[in-house]
Amino acid sequence: MAQQCPNIPEVGDFVTINIGPSHPAMHGTLRVIAQTDGETILKADPEIGYLHRGVEKLGENLTYHQFIPLTDRLNYCSAITNNVSYEMAVEKLMGLEVPEKAQLIRMIMMELTRISDHIVCIGILGVDLGAFTPYFYLFIQREEIYEIFEWFNGSRLTTTFGRIGGVEADLPEDFEQRWEELKPNLRKAIDETDRLFTHNRIWMDRTIGTTAISPEDALNWGFTGPCLRAAGVKRDLRKDEPYGMYDKVNFEVPTGKHGDVFDRYIVRMIEMEESIKIIDQAFQMYKEMAPDAPLRAKVPKIIKPPEGEVYHAIESPNGELGFFVKSDGSDKPYRIKIRPPCYMIYQAFPELVQGEMIADLIACLSSLNIIAGELDR
Amino acid sequence: MEDWGIAIIKVVFIWVWTLLCATVMTWVERRGAGMIQDRLGPNRAGPFGLFQPLADGIKLFTKEDIVPANARKILFSLGPILFAIPAFSAYAVIPFGDKIVVGGKEILLQVADVNVGFLYVVAIGSMAVYGIVVGGWGSNNKYSILGGLRSTAQMISYEVPWGLALLAAVLVYGTFSLRQIALAQQGTFLGFLPNWGIFKQPLGFILFIVAAYAEANRVPFDLPEAESEIVAGYHTEYGSMRLGLYLFGEYVNLYTLSALMVTFYFGAWHLPYLDMSKFLGPISYGIASFIVFFLKVAFFLWLFVWVRWTVPRFRYDQLMNLGWKSLIPLALLNLFITALCIQITA
Repeated sequence: MAQQCPNIPEVGDFVTINIGPSHPAMHGTLRVIAQTDGETILKADPEIGYLHRGVEKLGENLTYHQFIPLTDRLNYCSAITNNVSYEMAVEKLMGLEVPEKAQLIRMIMMELTRISDHIVCIGILGVDLGAFTPYFYLFIQREEIYEIFEWFNGSRLTTTFGRIGGVEADLPEDFEQRWEELKPNLRKAIDETDRLFTHNRIWMDRTIGTTAISPEDALNWGFTGPCLRAAGVKRDLRKDEPYGMYDKVNFEVPTGKHGDVFDRYIVRMIEMEESIKIIDQAFQMYKEMAPDAPLRAKVPKIIKPPEGEVYHAIESPNGELGFFVKSDGSDKPYRIKIRPPCYMIYQAFPELVQGEMIADLIACLSSLNIIAGELDR
Repeated sequence: MEDWGIAIIKVVFIWVWTLLCATVMTWVERRGAGMIQDRLGPNRAGPFGLFQPLADGIKLFTKEDIVPANARKILFSLGPILFAIPAFSAYAVIPFGDKIVVGGKEILLQVADVNVGFLYVVAIGSMAVYGIVVGGWGSNNKYSILGGLRSTAQMISYEVPWGLALLAAVLVYGTFSLRQIALAQQGTFLGFLPNWGIFKQPLGFILFIVAAYAEANRVPFDLPEAESEIVAGYHTEYGSMRLGLYLFGEYVNLYTLSALMVTFYFGAWHLPYLDMSKFLGPISYGIASFIVFFLKVAFFLWLFVWVRWTVPRFRYDQLMNLGWKSLIPLALLNLFITALCIQITA
């Protein structure tokens, strides 16, 4: 925490500012009621729920497959990760063994999603700090990634990727060509962003030390993902509790030191680079597979998991995304509970921004990458 | 004393010219942003989208004029006017070329060669803040007030280094008249450098340009209208032509500031190592001096656009630190060194 405000009087000459739910910097429909003394925030009170759609409850009335499209709408910046996370939970419940080829396709797609999610986060962080240009450099490449999604399963944002037990289709034939075309451009865009931001004096002034969090606090608040790693805790479910084929690829887990906006930014930048490496390795393994290798485990037409409950979490771009699924043996889940990374991270928000300035509140919100769809469900 | 007719022609000319430049600037800004950001920018209205500013103007003029119910109506209406008038009047004393001889009459390419032109520019320049503050206050909106407060603090803080930097330049030239300052930059300096202000006042120029960006509320000092933080700052509640006046005034300000930079530091209408008046006729020399001056101004206008799409913006406290802890001491140092040099060489 930057400056602590020890004694905040109950009443005083302060201004209460309502930021959101409709505000240029409130991603989606977040709302913060901030009590300010001039530009300094004395107290920030986030109000959530403006995008609550009852996703979990809806799941109880849908079959296991019908729930997949709803998971698209959680973190809409990385729909594929949500889809896979849910599918893996159900697979775990049913004890299914997913074919390796399907796992590789999932891994490639999930890492592409990670890149596109980080692009959104960094691009918007730049916009919120007043630098528009890198946003466009990055978003042009994100567009190309979305082209790949679209051409894989017909839709860009709400992908509904995969099926329980595997994936619906093989990678299209010219994936390699597209990826080889995309890769240098992606690296170039990341590099250009790096050159515009990382050593920019204004950028450093704005981000270093802003809304920093200690590793202990981060763990206690339940931080996961890049925000936790930025605080210096080397935890990544892909490494620590490998799922899929992540134990067969080599990649680094970047960590920061101070848990401030700059570290969150730089961790995401390095993760994009690591994701490119993962995709390369995964695709190499994919090419070594037989062309007619199975894409889906043997699953019945109507999915009826045995009675029981399961929790499965994967490392989504934002952090630990977990699905708790309880089955009563019928074709519809008895209960679905989602553990979105944003929800835990956003809890710490009032404490993070207390004593900072209004501009830092915006920077903090962008760097935490709070996605309303995931937060409110 | 010049004829009234000529004076009116000059006033109308420079007024229309500034308006035109400001209009085209809105187009340059958007197309320039497109160029920098790997996209197209507005290209539908007319060739290369050149009529886009016209379309925007028509849109702003014909939109419904909304005054928020709880706004202070008089202040709300006064804001844009207070902002636009100084923007348009500042140019009166800045030259836009040397002189042109028509029919044996020598016409100075300047509306008024006031002998205290420098003071006039500084005085008028500091008026613009009232438009923003009054507009921000009159809107009765918290974001607007925040924007107004930010701009008050910012513009008042940065006027100091701005004025001090210019003051050092005035010491060098020994005159308050902008025309005399421009004329003094003819020829070479130390035998090989063009006799331009930038070579005599390098630090002064850097201070001036930084402060000028802050005065114009441009990135990285666009805090009064930081759209991601306080929506649109002081003009959050404005619409139709009231908003248009704010936006327009900003571009006119840019033009004036660029012209000031050229007049003080970039040799006004002089080309380096080349005296145009020696080999050009009286009329063509006048036109050439105008074009040279304008091209230099155009460069600085482009620089404003270029910087805007390159850097992030400061935070409020950092802006104040930069202004009071760096720029003002440096400006005082610059003034001191300049005065010392002049004292020694005199």
